[in-house]
Amino acid sequence: MNWWSRLWRRKRMEEQLEKELRFHLDQHASDLIARGHSPAQAQREARIALGGPEQVKERCRDARHTRWAEELFQDTRYALRSFRQKPGFVATTLLISALGIGATTVMFTLINSVLLRPLPFSEPGRIVVLHGFMEHLGEFSGFSYPDFQDIHHASRTLMVAGWTFTGGTISAPGEPEYVDGRLISADLFPVLSISPLYGRAFRTEEDRPGAAPVAMISYGLWQRRFAGDRSALGRKLVFDGKTYVVIAIAPPGFQLSGEADVFTPLGQSTDPRMQNRKAAFIKVVARLAPGVTLNQAQAEISLINRHLAQAYPKSDAGVRMLVRPFLQELVKDVHGTLWLLISAVGLVLFIACVNIASLFLTRAVSRERELAMRVALGAGRGRLVRQCVTESAVLALCGGVLGICAAAVSLHPFMALWPGTLPRANEIHMDWRVLCFGIGMSLLCGLFFGLTPALRVPMHGLEQALRGGGRTVTASSHRLHSPFVISEIALAFVLLVSAGMLGHTLLTLSSLNPGLNARNVLTARFALSPHVIADPSQIPSAWQDVLDRARLIPDVQFAALVDIVPMSEGEDVLDYRTTPNPPPPDQEPFALASSATPDYLNVMGIPLVHGRFFDEHDRDGSEPVVVVDENLAQHAFGRKDVVGENLWSQAMGPAPVQIIGVVGHVRHWGLAGDDQSRVHDQMYFPFAQVPVRLLRVFSSVMSIAIRTRTWPLNIVEPLQRELRGSSGDQALYEIRTMEQLVGASLARERFLSLLFGIFAGLALLLACIGVYGVLAYLTGQRTSEIGVRMAMGAGPRDVMWLVLRQSLKMILVGVALGTIAAFAAGPFLQHLVEGMRPVTAGTYAIVISLLILAALLASFVPARRASVIDPLKALRQE
Amino acid sequence: MAVQKSDLPQGTLDLLILKAVAVEPVHGYAIAQRLQQVSGGVVRIPEGSLYPALHRLENRGFLSAAWKITETGREAKFYRLTRKGRKQLETEVASWQRLIEGVGLILGMAKS
Repeated sequence: MNWWSRLWRRKRMEEQLEKELRFHLDQHASDLIARGHSPAQAQREARIALGGPEQVKERCRDARHTRWAEELFQDTRYALRSFRQKPGFVATTLLISALGIGATTVMFTLINSVLLRPLPFSEPGRIVVLHGFMEHLGEFSGFSYPDFQDIHHASRTLMVAGWTFTGGTISAPGEPEYVDGRLISADLFPVLSISPLYGRAFRTEEDRPGAAPVAMISYGLWQRRFAGDRSALGRKLVFDGKTYVVIAIAPPGFQLSGEADVFTPLGQSTDPRMQNRKAAFIKVVARLAPGVTLNQAQAEISLINRHLAQAYPKSDAGVRMLVRPFLQELVKDVHGTLWLLISAVGLVLFIACVNIASLFLTRAVSRERELAMRVALGAGRGRLVRQCVTESAVLALCGGVLGICAAAVSLHPFMALWPGTLPRANEIHMDWRVLCFGIGMSLLCGLFFGLTPALRVPMHGLEQALRGGGRTVTASSHRLHSPFVISEIALAFVLLVSAGMLGHTLLTLSSLNPGLNARNVLTARFALSPHVIADPSQIPSAWQDVLDRARLIPDVQFAALVDIVPMSEGEDVLDYRTTPNPPPPDQEPFALASSATPDYLNVMGIPLVHGRFFDEHDRDGSEPVVVVDENLAQHAFGRKDVVGENLWSQAMGPAPVQIIGVVGHVRHWGLAGDDQSRVHDQMYFPFAQVPVRLLRVFSSVMSIAIRTRTWPLNIVEPLQRELRGSSGDQALYEIRTMEQLVGASLARERFLSLLFGIFAGLALLLACIGVYGVLAYLTGQRTSEIGVRMAMGAGPRDVMWLVLRQSLKMILVGVALGTIAAFAAGPFLQHLVEGMRPVTAGTYAIVISLLILAALLASFVPARRASVIDPLKALRQE
Repeated sequence: MAVQKSDLPQGTLDLLILKAVAVEPVHGYAIAQRLQQVSGGVVRIPEGSLYPALHRLENRGFLSAAWKITETGREAKFYRLTRKGRKQLETEVASWQRLIEGVGLILGMAKS
């Protein structure tokens, strides 16, 4: 019989044991009778020979090795029975632990899926990305195509692949549609060690200028346009005015910094930037060669870096190339937020546990007499401790299971709340690790809130415990309970201060001047018709036509074009200098460069400080001009009025551009992000002066910005109708209002403040419940003492003060400890959240008074109850 | 005539039980009886320890048990040696023999 069936057939085993021993006794007795003993005497002798049947049975049971399981079963049953007597206690405990464990499990699921689980590539740890670093620019992820090719050919430690963004209109087969695309080098799929769902990856010979045009399409596009038909392979696809043959379907869920629908070979791109060593727009991914470490790869890349800088000092000097692990780069934006949230949730869970522990402790103290009785009857201490812990573990486990279910249900709604997109969002789900974590956490919590009361099992002074019953000495009770209250208050304090810091930061940030007037501004990206794009000479008039048509719509006040809308993704950073001769390469200042049409300033409501903005006379062929912001003027010339000065930029060629105006600074990187950016200067170029060879590239990124007289989204429909174009293949996309963009730039701060607000509120509530519970219990224990005091002449006010003083002492110690902890936690929070303001004395003052007030309010109820005790009744209870 | 009784050395009870069961399936009471008779009354099985030992040996797979009718017509639990038990018996007998030889040698030396 195996272990399990022995346990399972426990009842039958017991019967058989009984029967076996009975047989033995009977047999022995009948033998004795046969030898002449009287039946009574025989029975007695037999029994003496065997020893106490119960002891023998007990030892036989021990031999079964199922002892602990049986006891566990017994304890569980006992626990469940005792729970039935206290449904309120059980419901509270279950709710609190389910909440705590549920919230922690949700956060852990995210951390597990996003940060811990390996990427869905083979040997994901060996995939790296290459970054550049410049003193004035910080770390960036783009390289020029010639540099990329040189690295690709020179590196022995890395297998290098490159890609970049593209986009265009698919005009056949089917209705025209603007889609995002990626240009990828032939090595990208081998580097990631993935292969297309159907078809084949690009070949090296296809990754060259003039090779046969081939394309890979996304799984989504394949489903949408080709209804998932395998015959899509080999079909023609007209993308961005060029005809490609579809040779592969990308695996479902394949992403490169977001989803894209069309992938074409990078080497075939006719983008003029491809030959420009200064145009850093290629992202570089690589796989470490077998046996090569990250450090070795970095050493080799640094060497290539030095050679490139020597060979091409104009473009490559001052750039440091860095090899970074891929996963780390992918998740670095959310890394901090996730850990921050799980720490906060962990604190709430801990407070919940402390709360439940103190509930359990209150129960254990009132059960002291029962436990003392059981010890007196021979129960072992270990056995009683085990029983107490079993009880809390059962409760915690039930709470945990509830919590895990709640987490499973709320995971996706929570992800929808997340500001922006979570990286690897499609990989987020619960797995066995999450389950183990949830169960483990519950057991840990159970152990935590069961162990403290369990260790109270009396071993000494049994007699006193039995005689004293529930009425033990108050001082010891107080000593026992105050750590719980103190730690709850301290932890709640830390969460409140964090929430206060976040709230304060959010308030400060949202009151910052964005540098523009975001009200009633609509922005949208716009794709010109592919056959216009195909002929760059048509492009300027096509854009002019777009603006003219937009202005015809009623309620449109101003309309302008801009290549990068503030606070949206994307940036174009150029070097600049105030003298014709270049400074040392790594000391060049950089500025954000935007190309815009004359009405841009009016659309965005950016203040003009000096001079003028562009007008219709600033066009191709006229003198090249630039408008700078106050920061650039201040940094470059040390004054605000710099109209008439010249600027030079390597990117613009040897001729200078004249500054014709100075405008206010715009918080381009978002209300929060702008201060963190390394580039603070801004300049604006007239779109009309963009060189013809670059018009195609610019046209693919241009946005249209419109100031309206009404709610901006009202004009979306007429705008779309008006701009469809003669062949109906022009489309607006990424339609957003400036107010949305400004709001979204604080989304992370707002999201964190909201969550922390909720956590802090929960913590405060739990702490107050804890204070109330403990105080009510302590006061209840002191009933007779208070009765005596009142009989001796103490008034209700004195009694209230007596109780409040007790609670105030605990609260103050808690606040003091909390202040120390909050001081320690502050820098941590500042490190994790960008733009976080240091904690202010005001925040502390508010939090301290809030906490003390709330805790005193919680203690007021038991205090009041104590003050109305009838001394006669209280004394009679004794 | 009172036979001098000896306490069983530690760990020998299992060996004796295995030996007693080796011949044929037998119930607990009979094991006690048999051991006492065979040893001429020298070995007295502590009956209180007998059943826990039987259960332990059963758990470890040295014995298997079945309920059978005795000659007196009652149902009793009969223990039988398993193959694993037989092997265990052999090793235990061997090690016991070695022990006796060793102890004998020591005692012999002491005499001379």
